[in-house]
Amino acid sequence: MTLRFVSGSMRGRLVIQLALIAALLSLVLFLVVRTVAERAAADTQDNILLASATSISDALYTERGAVRLELPYSALSMLGSISEDRVFYRVAVGGETLTGYDDLPLPVSNDANQFDTYRYKGETVRAVALKRNFSTGNHSRDVTIVVAQTRLGLAAISSRITNTAMAIGVIFFLLATGLSLWAAQSALAPLTRMAGAVTRRGPSDLRPVVGKTPAELAPLVEALNSFILRLKASLNRSEDFIAEAAHRVRTPLATVRTQAEVVHRSLNQSQNKTALREMIRAIDESSRSAGQLLDHAMVNFRTDQFETAQLDLVELVKETTDRLSPTAGLKDIGINVAHDIPEFPFSGDAILLQNALRNILDNAIKYSPADSIITVNMTSDPEYQIAVIDQGRGFQGGDAQSYLNRFSRGENVDDVVGSGLGLTIVQEVAVAHFGRVEIQNNQTGSGACVSFILPRG
Amino acid sequence: MRIIYLTAWLIAQMICATLANAFEIEEQKLYKSPTGTGNLHIISTADISSFEPILLAFQEENPNIDIDYVVASSAQTMAAIHDERAPFDLVISSAMDLQTKLANDGFAQTYVSSATDSLPSWAKWRNQVFAFTQEPAVLVVSEHAFRDLSIPNTREELIELLRDNPQEFWGRVGTYDVRTSGFGYMLATQNSRNTDSFWRLTEVMGRLKTRLYCCSGEMIDDVASGRLAMAYNVLGSYAEKRLQTMDGVKIVPMQDFVSLMLRTSIITTNAKNASAAKRMVDFLSMMETRPELSAASGLPAVQRLETTAAKGLRPIRLGPGLLVFLDRLKRETFIRNWQNSIVQNNP
Ligand SMILES: Nc1ncnc2c1ncn2[C@@H]1O[C@H](COP(=O)(O)OP(=O)(O)OP(=O)(O)O)[C@@H](O)[C@H]1O
Ligand SMILES: [Mg+2]
Repeated sequence: MTLRFVSGSMRGRLVIQLALIAALLSLVLFLVVRTVAERAAADTQDNILLASATSISDALYTERGAVRLELPYSALSMLGSISEDRVFYRVAVGGETLTGYDDLPLPVSNDANQFDTYRYKGETVRAVALKRNFSTGNHSRDVTIVVAQTRLGLAAISSRITNTAMAIGVIFFLLATGLSLWAAQSALAPLTRMAGAVTRRGPSDLRPVVGKTPAELAPLVEALNSFILRLKASLNRSEDFIAEAAHRVRTPLATVRTQAEVVHRSLNQSQNKTALREMIRAIDESSRSAGQLLDHAMVNFRTDQFETAQLDLVELVKETTDRLSPTAGLKDIGINVAHDIPEFPFSGDAILLQNALRNILDNAIKYSPADSIITVNMTSDPEYQIAVIDQGRGFQGGDAQSYLNRFSRGENVDDVVGSGLGLTIVQEVAVAHFGRVEIQNNQTGSGACVSFILPRG
Repeated sequence: MRIIYLTAWLIAQMICATLANAFEIEEQKLYKSPTGTGNLHIISTADISSFEPILLAFQEENPNIDIDYVVASSAQTMAAIHDERAPFDLVISSAMDLQTKLANDGFAQTYVSSATDSLPSWAKWRNQVFAFTQEPAVLVVSEHAFRDLSIPNTREELIELLRDNPQEFWGRVGTYDVRTSGFGYMLATQNSRNTDSFWRLTEVMGRLKTRLYCCSGEMIDDVASGRLAMAYNVLGSYAEKRLQTMDGVKIVPMQDFVSLMLRTSIITTNAKNASAAKRMVDFLSMMETRPELSAASGLPAVQRLETTAAKGLRPIRLGPGLLVFLDRLKRETFIRNWQNSIVQNNP
């Protein structure tokens, strides 16, 4: 299900933002690790180059006024011990090459130790230049020692470091993203919880939302609650209005009916009599509708202010059948009540329950032929079930469950007066008590079977 | 049945005209193959007689490669490649120092294959210098001269022996003349690095009017003929090959340490037929798997599994350390010192 009003996700946004931050930090971490490690590796090479140049300078000596050198084995072999890089050296006395590679550049400035990076023999080399002042007898000479090495080993180290730093960065990023997912989830949990609580509510549950909510959600909850309040007030107002209207219509209708009866009786012409009969019937329908609307409004009101009391369903059923037996008696209909256990203790609203039972029994009487039996069968296992079974015409055509809708009447009603609200009221009462209504025809013989089912305990 | 039809011509010096030969060559031979598509130009310090079995075996595996094999001294080889940039594809030399210098100065191509990867780390440098033989420097003695003397096993014992028996060994000790033999120079410098006794030994040998040689072969011949009682720092591989046909000569590997010379190959940067050169490098790197070639050529292949340290074998380390003794001043000083020690009575 996609909701049309959804635009973006808070969690998605949160996760993306946190992931971006994590990516940025990973990148910074990667660069820092790489820079530091490469600096360290480059320093190592510089140190070895310097050590090599120093050992060469220590091996300088004079012989008959000339500077001589006995190149120490370690001076070059130490450079070969850490990597397989090419090695170049040059010793120059006053600009003239004493030994080594003639074309290795000499430094221009006069600083003591100078490091430099340049291209030599087709490769980038790192070089150190050492200047020493050497006295040969009576005059002193400037000796420059240059030792250079290619950077193959350094490049290998650097690529290894880059890989390691990259791995660290990626791991950090994945970890941070995982954690940010979790953080977003847990930060939004109260919202999900609240949405769940509101979704789980019944259709007419208009109680305010209570329960702990984080400060950030308080305004939303407040707004929701005030909206619920306003909605409830507006619903109440329209129901009050319907009830008031029904009430106002019913009283004058009663008067009109009485007058019509009187007139009917005083008339002799059968043609006029029939017309008046029709009129009385229409009045009956209207007044029935008004009465049922009033009842419906009452039921709605009471389910809102649901007040429960301990009662016995058996007693309730008996009271209701007693009250209806005169009506039944008019059609010579007998009502039998049977129950499997003596008492059906239940906590509920007696008035609502009576109203529901009355509507079921009223239907049974209305839609049964004269001189028949209505059975009220009460069973308690596993739920309380009050089945009202008649021998009438039964439900016909269509989906029996649709009779539970407002103002829906069957095709089988003939001239029976009714509004189509009876079973709607029954359904609402059942739902208010966490029960349900089942409608079907008798398995054996003709007639309808309407079961009012309530949870036990 | 032989699949390979081999035609070999011994070509005289005249062919050398094709190569700009300011450098001197000693021998040259062209190994023509029936389906030859490309010439592999090799310059090598190993003479044709010892290297031929290897070349033939290579050509059997690679029948479409003609081989032009030129033999020159290590110094001339260096001159050919370093100074003249002669168009050779592969340089095979026992002068490890010069091979290292070629690689260091940018004359060698980098090459990596599964064969070169399998070489032990001491047998290659920069993936440009690849060793394929390991040849010990040994003491060769005449059994006849040692009838009443015990054969020395270490350099200290050797010094003692020479000191105690000057009349026995006067003029009857041979070793390389490091002034003329590049290989002798390399062995001597490595010895000087490895042991303090080197200079004392040189001194003692000088006092005995030691004979100086250019080559291992002559030394061994002189030991065999009885002119020499012993020859120090002889290439063991040559000695072993010669001894197959000689009696009364014994090879003594020193127990304090044995310098291992590595014969190496490099592919030149200006190689015209680098692919064939690479095939040859692979072939040479795997020579250990073909002992018959070592037997035929007298060149012991690089041993991958052998624990060289345990046997007192010390492979001369490839790398910039070898450049030290190529230094002009260093060489001057070393040769002067050596000369002062050994030629004191050998004017
Ligand atoms: N016992 C029954 N036997 C046969 N049909 C029934 C029975 N009870 C209900 N019905 C059918 O279900 C329809 C809906 O019943 P409901 O009680 O809601 O309306 P009503 O009886 O027509 O009007 P009222 O609001 O006056 O009760 C009826 O019109 C009728 O067709
Ligand atoms: Mg009804």
